[in-house]
Amino acid sequence: MSLELSLSIPIERYGNALVDTLQMVGISGALALVAGIPLAVLLIVTAPGGFLASPRVHRVLGSIINGFRATPFIVLLVALIPLTRLVAGTTIGVWAAIVPLAISATPFFARIVEVSLREVDPGLVEAAQALGCKKWDIVRHVYLPEALPGIVGGFTITLVALISSSAMAGAVGAGGLGDLAIRYGYQRFDTQVMVIVIAVLILLVSVVQRIGDGYVRWLRQR
Amino acid sequence: MELSITARQSLTAPSRPEAEHDAAAQASAPGGPWPGSRPKGRVALRQVGKTYLSSAGPVQALQDIELEIAPGSIFGIIGRSGAGKSSLLRTINRLETPTSGRIEVDGVDIATLDDAQLVQLRRRIGMIFQHFNLLSAKTVFDNIALPLRVAGVPRQQLEGRVRELLALVGLEDKADTYPRRLSGGQKQRVGIARALASGPEILLCDEATSALDPETTHAILQLLRDINRKLGITVILITHEMSVIREIADQVLVLEQGRIAELGPVWQVFGNPAHPATQALLAPLQQGLPPELLDQLQTVPPSGLHERILQLQYRGGDGLEPDLLRVAQALGGKTRLLQASVERIQGHTHGQLYIALADVTGSPDWQALTQGPTAIAHHIKELGYVTRT
Repeated sequence: MSLELSLSIPIERYGNALVDTLQMVGISGALALVAGIPLAVLLIVTAPGGFLASPRVHRVLGSIINGFRATPFIVLLVALIPLTRLVAGTTIGVWAAIVPLAISATPFFARIVEVSLREVDPGLVEAAQALGCKKWDIVRHVYLPEALPGIVGGFTITLVALISSSAMAGAVGAGGLGDLAIRYGYQRFDTQVMVIVIAVLILLVSVVQRIGDGYVRWLRQR
Repeated sequence: MELSITARQSLTAPSRPEAEHDAAAQASAPGGPWPGSRPKGRVALRQVGKTYLSSAGPVQALQDIELEIAPGSIFGIIGRSGAGKSSLLRTINRLETPTSGRIEVDGVDIATLDDAQLVQLRRRIGMIFQHFNLLSAKTVFDNIALPLRVAGVPRQQLEGRVRELLALVGLEDKADTYPRRLSGGQKQRVGIARALASGPEILLCDEATSALDPETTHAILQLLRDINRKLGITVILITHEMSVIREIADQVLVLEQGRIAELGPVWQVFGNPAHPATQALLAPLQQGLPPELLDQLQTVPPSGLHERILQLQYRGGDGLEPDLLRVAQALGGKTRLLQASVERIQGHTHGQLYIALADVTGSPDWQALTQGPTAIAHHIKELGYVTRT
């Protein structure tokens, strides 16, 4: 009995869905990484007692982040359609999903990074200042390297959250594993598709989590 | 201990990174606030005061601090916790700014420096910390290299300089180790190497030995003293342990509630502590009479056989030494040494002898025994009498 015969839908469907999911999660994750870290650094240095202390900037930034974090992803997905059209040039497909995914993941990740940065021993910052480090040197040589285990752990959580959010991307026709599960597994009562998709998602999340944990462990053990 | 030996051996006058230092300085601020001759490391505090605003109202952390620290000396600041030591030390590299008064480093009022000049100042003032404050994500090599990297020292020069510093503190074999794998003493050695990297003239030590065991403390103090002597760096250290001051400092400032309680050469302040704060800090180092003798002490001579208990004090100065033969002859009776604690600090003897004196009728001429050429001690105190057994 060959594999094709036992499957209710062609295996290519799974392959395409996996590629779509990886593409959405990978690209939006990378965007969140690039945008989230500077945002978190900005939050830390503008906080009271930070070396660029500016209550107003800190408050405005915090409010924007809170606003995006409070909005459910499925609402964000629809609400951001005008912006998506502007940025991605389309409102359907993988790229249409990447814009809202990245925008929802960035504030989430930024908050996690902020916590890690805040836990950096102030004594280290003081030591760096005493050694003649300028502000940027302190961010680069003290804050980011010292908080790296927390940042990596936070990024792992963000990726897992993105895998979960990307299931909703079917709403804008972006495909992906979650969309496959809803269209075939739920709407057509195809339990086989549902089971396979869930198994693949579990595997994906496990791999991401394991790589993240392993990296954090290595960083901490040095 | 093995580390202190290697450190001492390798202390063959490492060259100061003059070229790199100056290049870096010029890069950050051409000319800088110290034009002309090379700075020496002279620090002066002029009527420095610092007031914090706390929820309970303003707190005077420092008040009327007026002092000068000679280049190349070791200056100790001691006081109980909360006396303002840390605040005082931190004003010197402007980690804290005083609310009144001025701080001058080589004649420049550091409050006038802009950001770039402040960075330049801090490269001339190294600092080490009680909890070492090493970067856990960087190797020993990279920790020491950091001040050089941020000053823009070229890679080839940097490598040699870091190796030199590693040799100076006796950690050549630890270059690629992460701080977590080091002992407390080794961490502080890395801290010292890092503080010396940019070739400073001044080294600030913030309770640098307070987290270390006595043996390691001794080794680190030896290293600091060697650095002071070989490189001519002004060392300013704060501590709450008198033993640290006694071991290495030239001058000592006793700080009490943010004010100067006492200031002077260590032998003088230790030999004749005038302020109650100094006396309290010195108490653990001094031995009094043993308790069983104290219990027997009577204020009037008992009727039977008895001894008079005397305390002879030496405060350094006047070349006065506890000359035992002269003491016995001068007191003129049967002289028994009960207990003594005498030590030499900076070539001055100070401490006290407890003596039991018997078979003397009347009272010796204390005046003559403490003054002029016939003096046997700086001060003689009759503590009381005990019955002879």
